[in-house]
Amino acid sequence: MTMTVSAEKHHVESGPSLRQRLAAQGFDAVTLLVIPSFVLLALLFIYPFAYGLVLSFEPKAGSAWSNYVRFFTDPYFYSTIWKTLLLSVPVTVLNLVFSLPVAFRVRLLYRQRLLTTILVIPITLGTVLIAEGLLNYLGPQGWFNRALLAIGLIDHPLRLVHNYWGVFASLVINGFPFTFLLVLSYVTGIDPALEQAAATLGASARQRFTHVYLPILMPGLAITFCLSFVQAFSVFPSAVLLGEPAGETRVMSIAAYQAAFEEYDYSLASAIAMIMGFVQLAIVIGMMASRGLFYRGPATGAKG
Amino acid sequence: MTIALQKFDELRLEHVRREFGSLNALKDVTLTVKRGEFIALLGPSGCGKSTTLNCIAGLLPVTGGAIWLDKRRIDTLRPEERGFGMVFQSYALFPHLTVKQNVGFGLKMRGVSKAEISRKVDDALALVRLSGQAQKLPGQLSGGQQQRVAIARAIVIEPPLVLMDEPLSNLDAKLRLEMRAEIRRIHNTLGATTIYVTHDQDEALSLADRIVVLKDGIIRQVGTPNDLYERPEHIDVADFMGFRNRIKGKVIRQTNDEATLAVGDSEITGLLRTSVQNGSEAYAAIRADDLITGDPGMNAFAARIDTIEYRGREFVGTARTMDGIDLVFRSDHAVDLGATIHLRAAPERVLVFSETM
Repeated sequence: MTMTVSAEKHHVESGPSLRQRLAAQGFDAVTLLVIPSFVLLALLFIYPFAYGLVLSFEPKAGSAWSNYVRFFTDPYFYSTIWKTLLLSVPVTVLNLVFSLPVAFRVRLLYRQRLLTTILVIPITLGTVLIAEGLLNYLGPQGWFNRALLAIGLIDHPLRLVHNYWGVFASLVINGFPFTFLLVLSYVTGIDPALEQAAATLGASARQRFTHVYLPILMPGLAITFCLSFVQAFSVFPSAVLLGEPAGETRVMSIAAYQAAFEEYDYSLASAIAMIMGFVQLAIVIGMMASRGLFYRGPATGAKG
Repeated sequence: MTIALQKFDELRLEHVRREFGSLNALKDVTLTVKRGEFIALLGPSGCGKSTTLNCIAGLLPVTGGAIWLDKRRIDTLRPEERGFGMVFQSYALFPHLTVKQNVGFGLKMRGVSKAEISRKVDDALALVRLSGQAQKLPGQLSGGQQQRVAIARAIVIEPPLVLMDEPLSNLDAKLRLEMRAEIRRIHNTLGATTIYVTHDQDEALSLADRIVVLKDGIIRQVGTPNDLYERPEHIDVADFMGFRNRIKGKVIRQTNDEATLAVGDSEITGLLRTSVQNGSEAYAAIRADDLITGDPGMNAFAARIDTIEYRGREFVGTARTMDGIDLVFRSDHAVDLGATIHLRAAPERVLVFSETM
């Protein structure tokens, strides 16, 4: 009897074990499962990034900064920033604008999954297949031009491939499903009772969109913009296959590719890749900062 | 007080139907609501009470019949053109707007001047006793406070009619009682006309001037709380008014206002609520309060006690008769589980209904 009492007393004094205290802080055996992915991330992302950064400051000739100086003084290089933005920003905006009405309609459908599946097929096809298809479809002898000629809308075929518009079309087709799925998830996350409440309060359909849906959707649309933009910004295959890689669609990734595999200047290529990364980062940070201007809480009518 | 609700004489629903698939259908609902009334639509889930409310609000189109506000036909108007204030079960507060902006939303959509909006919103918030919270977001409020904001938002547009869809069902029991009194107080202060959907008969009985009981898309009975409580006209209405015992039997004899049913080896006599045929099946309905322990004899059933609950002043239990009928009864003294007792009800506390109507 006495022994039991003293044992209990001892236990109370020592408090919870180290394991219990760690678990209370969120560290338990399951936490160890993040180690493999952390190692993988370090090997495949952090190390190459750091290596590229160091490499970009070790040019073939000149001072450490000479790659960057060369990039920003030679229009052949710095113009690629503008060319890439001119493709990726309008494409991203267009995809967002297209996605919104479609998502609002699909939200009400019973056969949502079927339509979603159809819309997602372009993702699974891959950029190269779509580029090859567009080459034929939009080419001078393709169906698109022949149809326009046949109905008499144009006199001679439009030039739609091997220029800006070919790449533009391909980026829209590749990017739309991705943008759409993200937008759909944000739109369906809004409690439909909010729209009904706005309607009974006298808001027209237009007012319901601008005063209720849009402000609540804005943070989600900003995130969607960033993800879609980053995807479009790193365009390479369609810029080569459908564009004019020596001229108006000479995007940053082509410049980096040429530096690495035509001039064999890995250091310059790394510098271009770094600049590419910072341009993307600047746009994304700008977008995320503007997100702070909007409401960011839950999209339902709070708790209850 | 600057909130003055628009005047009208009556709202009429004429043979309103709503058929869409088979769920929540309305089959021919006709109802007149007079200005100043507090009407409760009462019924089990799926009975069509929310559908009726949504048809009045314009959130669901009717598939037949018409809705009139005095001489204006409104069932063809869009919800934003009807101008009724609605309080939703989930409150449906705009999460990105402050309390003040939420309440002012309807006025802003109508193009009311800023000064006017500010004045009316302040009045509405004072009316629901929420003046100190104007700058908070809905997410920072408790459930009861959110409910008050939803009510303020619905009345500030000065609607002729206030529609409420189970507004208290998300609140805990204590708050529900408090808000129930609040809703009636606001209704009285404004002289509002309110249509209130609920599945809780206590709420309907305590709030409403008139109750409309719906079942399967049909109005079963319309009447004052006292009418419905004392004189239900249908077994389903009785069911909803606390007649928890529903005993099926065969009519063996009847007088002008009483009938006697044979239930197994026992007989039960009660007041006739609907006409019945001798020899046909009928129901005897008894409240648990009126079925008490006593001696064998007329209107008494021998039964074995299955459960017994202590309720402070009394005991409420369930027992099964020799014929396998489960009964809910009241007792003012403790009884033993498994004991056989006699449960009896005075004939004037038993209501007899025909099987179908």
